[in-house]
Amino acid sequence: MKEITVKIDGKDIKCKNGMTILEAAKTDPEINIPTLCYSDKLQPRGSCRLCMVEITKGKRKKLVASCVYPVEEGLVVETKTEKVIKIRKMLIELLWPSTQHLAEEYGITSSRFALAQDDCNLCGMCVRYCAEVKKKNVVYFKGRGVNRKIAFVPGKIDECISCEECFSLCSGGYIMNEMVKLGH
Amino acid sequence: MIKIETPKQLQDLKNEVLSKRVDIKKYITVCSGTGCIAYKSPDVSKAFDEEIKKRELSNSVQVRRTGCHGFCERGPIVVILPEKICYLGTKVEDVPEIVEKTIVNNEVIDRLLYKDIETEELMKIVEDVPFYKYQKRVLLANNALIDPTSIGDYIAIDGYSALAKVLTGISRDEVIKTVKDANLRGRGGGGFPAGVKWETTRNAPGKTKYVLVNADEGDPGAYMDRSILEGNPHSVIEGLIIGAYAIGAKEGFIYVREEYPLALENTRLAIERAGEYGLLGKNIFGSGFNFNITIHRGAGAFVSGESSALMSAIEGEAGEPRPKYIHTSVQGLWDKPSCLNNVETWANVPFIINNGVEWFRSMGTEESKGTKIFSLVGKVNNTGLVEVPMGITLRDIIFKIGSGIPDGKKFKAVQTGGPSGGVIPESLLDLPVDFDKLYEAGSMMGSGGMIVMDEDTCMVDTARYYTDFLAHESCGKCSPCREGLRQMLKILNRITAGEGRDGDIELLEEIAEVVHEASLCALGGTAANPILSTIKYFRDEYKAHINEKRCPANVCNALIKYHIDPEKCKGCGLCKKNCPVDAVIQVEEKLFEIDVEKCIKCGACIIACPKKFDAVKKISEGASVGVS
Repeated sequence: MKEITVKIDGKDIKCKNGMTILEAAKTDPEINIPTLCYSDKLQPRGSCRLCMVEITKGKRKKLVASCVYPVEEGLVVETKTEKVIKIRKMLIELLWPSTQHLAEEYGITSSRFALAQDDCNLCGMCVRYCAEVKKKNVVYFKGRGVNRKIAFVPGKIDECISCEECFSLCSGGYIMNEMVKLGH
Repeated sequence: MIKIETPKQLQDLKNEVLSKRVDIKKYITVCSGTGCIAYKSPDVSKAFDEEIKKRELSNSVQVRRTGCHGFCERGPIVVILPEKICYLGTKVEDVPEIVEKTIVNNEVIDRLLYKDIETEELMKIVEDVPFYKYQKRVLLANNALIDPTSIGDYIAIDGYSALAKVLTGISRDEVIKTVKDANLRGRGGGGFPAGVKWETTRNAPGKTKYVLVNADEGDPGAYMDRSILEGNPHSVIEGLIIGAYAIGAKEGFIYVREEYPLALENTRLAIERAGEYGLLGKNIFGSGFNFNITIHRGAGAFVSGESSALMSAIEGEAGEPRPKYIHTSVQGLWDKPSCLNNVETWANVPFIINNGVEWFRSMGTEESKGTKIFSLVGKVNNTGLVEVPMGITLRDIIFKIGSGIPDGKKFKAVQTGGPSGGVIPESLLDLPVDFDKLYEAGSMMGSGGMIVMDEDTCMVDTARYYTDFLAHESCGKCSPCREGLRQMLKILNRITAGEGRDGDIELLEEIAEVVHEASLCALGGTAANPILSTIKYFRDEYKAHINEKRCPANVCNALIKYHIDPEKCKGCGLCKKNCPVDAVIQVEEKLFEIDVEKCIKCGACIIACPKKFDAVKKISEGASVGVS
């Protein structure tokens, strides 16, 4: 694959065509982009938006989710601009407490808001793991908008008992709690 | 049935249809759009059928069930052609009289005509009715002329002639150039130049390409696209085939929401007929160009109107937007280059081909050409579908076409662009309506919803209503949109419940900015518009709710109380009789009072109080007088 160079936070990063900005950034230990819904085992989803960065293309600046934005030759990326920090700070509060581990770095001590469920931030890792890796599609997103939650396809939960592999991906413990609630 | 393979055969078919009509002296067109159907227009058309048969007039008079005429407020609409006599609110009982007087004796029935609200003058023909007079009906004009289930009717008004012209003599590049030169911008909301989109898909690598029609019209109170599909589906199909030819697509999809049964049925029928006549399928007009259309029925999610969500839905996935750093015009449906335009955009195409770029560019403003259909609803006298040239002012739409605000109330604001649009206050009523001007004012064109609000509308409550809609219609995939809307809705619920706190306005603005900047798709990107635009133009109203615990429009129940004016009360007792919770007390023989402790603020007393007394009032005096 073609090797290309992008500039992230002023540093030239060599990467391969087809990579995302986040993947390129991960090759340099000094660049740190926070994520909630990213896992190298899964397809990127671009949904938590914590990994947003600011790119410059020609004269235009643009905010993009680094986990899904493909690198291209000469791309200039900034991971800690004023706008990016502002977004991350608000998202840390909106997704509290699952973002507590980022609080100190971003100077936040508590959130002004409360999540609907404090053990699930709907990152969807369980859903994707079940679909992409296990090819079972037992765990799914039920409902939309503010009513969205993680659920098990009725009648298929038995498949989870012998698996439980998504538990380790779940930072809030929701998926395990739900299984317990359902009597498993 | 013969397949149409040449422009001559199309012309022959047109002549054949017209030749069958030489003896018809009058047409009775009965609006059979969804609005008029709700007013029982099918019964009216049936009554006309029977009356014409009974009087043995079938040879010279034809009843035609047409698409939506637009003036939905006053349905069922009956227009007698060729005179264009316009009867509103027609009932089955009126039918014998119409046939007797208007059809047989050429007399007009005054009672069924439009009466001007100010002058009380009666308007006899369609064009004199103010609702129609100030419109520029291009796309909607044919709705009133043809039976949408008859391909012959469409061909009789030169339908498919643009397609014939294109397939037998205009190159793909020229078609794209024409659409670009006309500067046709997407009518679905974004206003992106359609020609540029077509060109991108055409030039994108890959052999398989798709063209798509977005008919997932989900805005509350908006039904422009529904009416086109119901009333003139062939115009959309013709536009789509022309686009497919120019782009190089062999397959097209029309995404129609399941909640539009008539649009679905008429579109299905139109595709079937077009196929029978060889206008779809293989080797159309002998050009070697093959094209087929599939209808996809949407399962009813507002977010599926977003391009990538719509494509996910067609693929069989949940209707959720995908990151679009590579445009769907390059990598869309099944990762193939896909050109998606909404119904109204496609329907413009045959007109541009037939009438030319100059004709199209002669309507509109510098950057927004042509006409735009709006659904004018809310607190306005004449509600319905209006088609106007871009650049017309909001004032003209609301006060000329809409004939102003009912019951002598004052105009307060107009909400444009659907739930994620914004409100525009009175000070901007002279704003010319085009894509860019509305955007600058903090709203947007959207697909053409236009909801008029009068002085009795609370703007905080309005923002709360739209935010509630969006919080539930967001797909919930990305966190700023889902969680941002959740928190903003909580704050608005608090404010309207009289529990607003200092700093709430600023907090709303702070969240709104992140929702706007960080959301994955355009729905999230615009979801804060109702809040931001109401704060921008009606900040004082927010302040009154938060600081004084007062709702200036007397809407928010927690902040108002019901009161009987002792000067006006005549002691009739109707309020007491209608109160469901026994909260009205008789204090004197001729005077009643409301026990605010017991009152549940249902409003039954206001409705019961005779208009001539007008004694029951809603008041919002604020915290200082004890409303909590």
